Amino acid sequence: MKSSAICREWLKSLPPTQGYLKEEQEIGRELLLKKGMPSNKDEAWRLCNFTKLNSFLSLPIIINEKDNSSKVKLIFPEKDQNRERIIINPNQNQIVNIKLPSGIEKLNDREIEKNIGKIVKSTNIENDISVCLNQASSSGLLALKVKSNFKDALEIVVPSIEEKAISTRIFLLVEEGAKLDLLQVFLGEKNSAQNHLMEIKLESNVEISHDVISMGDKKESSSICTLAVEQAEQSKYTLHSLYQGWAYARFEPRIIQSKGEASTIIKSLQVTKSKEQIATHSLIRFEGPNGKLDQLQKAVASEYSHCIFNGSIEVPQKAQKTEAAQLSRNLLLSKRARIDTKPELEIVADDVRCTHGATVSQLQEEELFYLLSRGIDNEHANSLLLKGYYDEIISNLPKSAYKWNFFEKLIQI
Amino acid sequence: MILSTSETILSIEDLHASVEDQQILNGVNLLVKEGETHAIMGRNGSGKSTLSKVIAGHPSYKVLSGSIQFKGKSILELDPEERARVGIFLGFQYPVEIPGVSNFEFLRVATNARRKELLKTELDTFEFEDLVTEKLKIVEMNAAFLERSVNEGFSGGEKKRNEILQMALLEPIISILDETDSGLDIDALRIVASGINKLSRPNSATILITHYQRLLNEITPDFVHIMAEGKIIKTGTKELAINLEKSGYDFIDKKVKGMEIAK
Repeated sequence: MKSSAICREWLKSLPPTQGYLKEEQEIGRELLLKKGMPSNKDEAWRLCNFTKLNSFLSLPIIINEKDNSSKVKLIFPEKDQNRERIIINPNQNQIVNIKLPSGIEKLNDREIEKNIGKIVKSTNIENDISVCLNQASSSGLLALKVKSNFKDALEIVVPSIEEKAISTRIFLLVEEGAKLDLLQVFLGEKNSAQNHLMEIKLESNVEISHDVISMGDKKESSSICTLAVEQAEQSKYTLHSLYQGWAYARFEPRIIQSKGEASTIIKSLQVTKSKEQIATHSLIRFEGPNGKLDQLQKAVASEYSHCIFNGSIEVPQKAQKTEAAQLSRNLLLSKRARIDTKPELEIVADDVRCTHGATVSQLQEEELFYLLSRGIDNEHANSLLLKGYYDEIISNLPKSAYKWNFFEKLIQI
Repeated sequence: MILSTSETILSIEDLHASVEDQQILNGVNLLVKEGETHAIMGRNGSGKSTLSKVIAGHPSYKVLSGSIQFKGKSILELDPEERARVGIFLGFQYPVEIPGVSNFEFLRVATNARRKELLKTELDTFEFEDLVTEKLKIVEMNAAFLERSVNEGFSGGEKKRNEILQMALLEPIISILDETDSGLDIDALRIVASGINKLSRPNSATILITHYQRLLNEITPDFVHIMAEGKIIKTGTKELAINLEKSGYDFIDKKVKGMEIAK
């Protein structure tokens, strides 16, 4: 079947537009019907494994919360006392059944209407298929306000369901002066699909440390996640992300400093094995002066897998004195694995300091020999070196993130 | 002390080896017995470092012919990690920096690999901490070095001290120290040399590879070998090193020339 036909079939399988997100659903479906699925002629999707992307659409989407036939595994590590945890159970209505910690409230209808979809829209991406797929299929919205007195940690966990697709939509408004440690955990199941659209609005003087751990199940799990962030002046947004284990995954962090004068730090790691494909397409745009960005993207590809990084940075005329640094470092562990990395800097302002770089290498023979010459066996030496390679990213993750056992999976190469 | 009944630790016979298809070693012969300290001197490119890498089993170096026996058994078929575990230690001329790998963890894993071979119990973090604290004193190192990544950001002297710390932990039977004195100031040289002296045991041996005689003022060798053109061309005592320091390497050139003519 052609991808456009697959897309039409998928749209047909969706329930009628309804409820809270009726209008959004209509927009998404209309665009998909018009554009169809992307092809290798779309620059942003050029390297995509289309077979895997299309199989993303072959799973039935969970919409009905009364659908008891689908079981979701809800055994998670115990949460730390000082952290609040929200589990998005696709079998339940996302809005009704969630107990919120103090300092976090639901947005009211007026606030939702004022904010929803605005941030992602302002990223202006042509043929924004990732977002359309979510708009078309998301039926619930978790829209929260983090009050300025909130200084704690929050966990949002999204499990998957075997043989099903889920679609989640989250909006976070973080009020002036608030400080938030946010850990998001996405978990794959065998033959499952996830699609997420998350928007975060940081008011001024907000500080967020956002940790994303996204772990697929080796057996054909896939994930598409769009993260749209808007930063007001004097805000600080730090993203640490880890992607591994997905047969197909696409992560699109898009960050806009709406008036410049803010700080963004991104430290990301994606690790692929077997025949997996994981792609990160990031976009950072400075809409005012004195913005700062420090971005480090690391990837490790082994066996027959494929890692992709596309890093856009936009510095228009009004973004003078921007300081942006982007570095893509990649490790290729097998001859059959593939890494594609592409920085894309669009700089119009003339008084800026922007740097970028990309490296692709293998595990260093001299480092390996050094460890071997101390009696450490080959396997252990390799895992020590990999651990060292990951360290620059994962050492930033909070202790409670390690409970999710991502590390054990990472060093199994 | 050398006794005539001492057991042979390392025996190298007519060793030829190459790296990247370039032959570097052209028939090295060397016999090292328990309790001995050997110094190997020679110009850059004479094959000193190659010899050390070949003994340690570096995969880029290929043995073309000849033999290396450790305690009577050939080690040519052993992987580098197996050679290390039986007690062969190479102190690197340029210790490798490994970002992100904690020095403490590295030392612990290495120590346990050797202990396993010696049929000693493996050490957990706490037990290892006690052991390493003790050994740190030998090289006058601060415990803060353990928290850092392996050799990362260490000064030249700190790296060399970290090598001797590894030697102290692994308790090798033979230590081949490749230019351990290079890049060291007088104080660091003294610390490193005193560490090596403290670690010498009657049933172990040391090979010092060096350019200069100054290390040999601190550690007295039983034998001094001069290498040129990939082989040992002269063997003597400490006096040979002193003479070499005085007269330079010119006499080697004459000797090499003589060898060529003889051919």
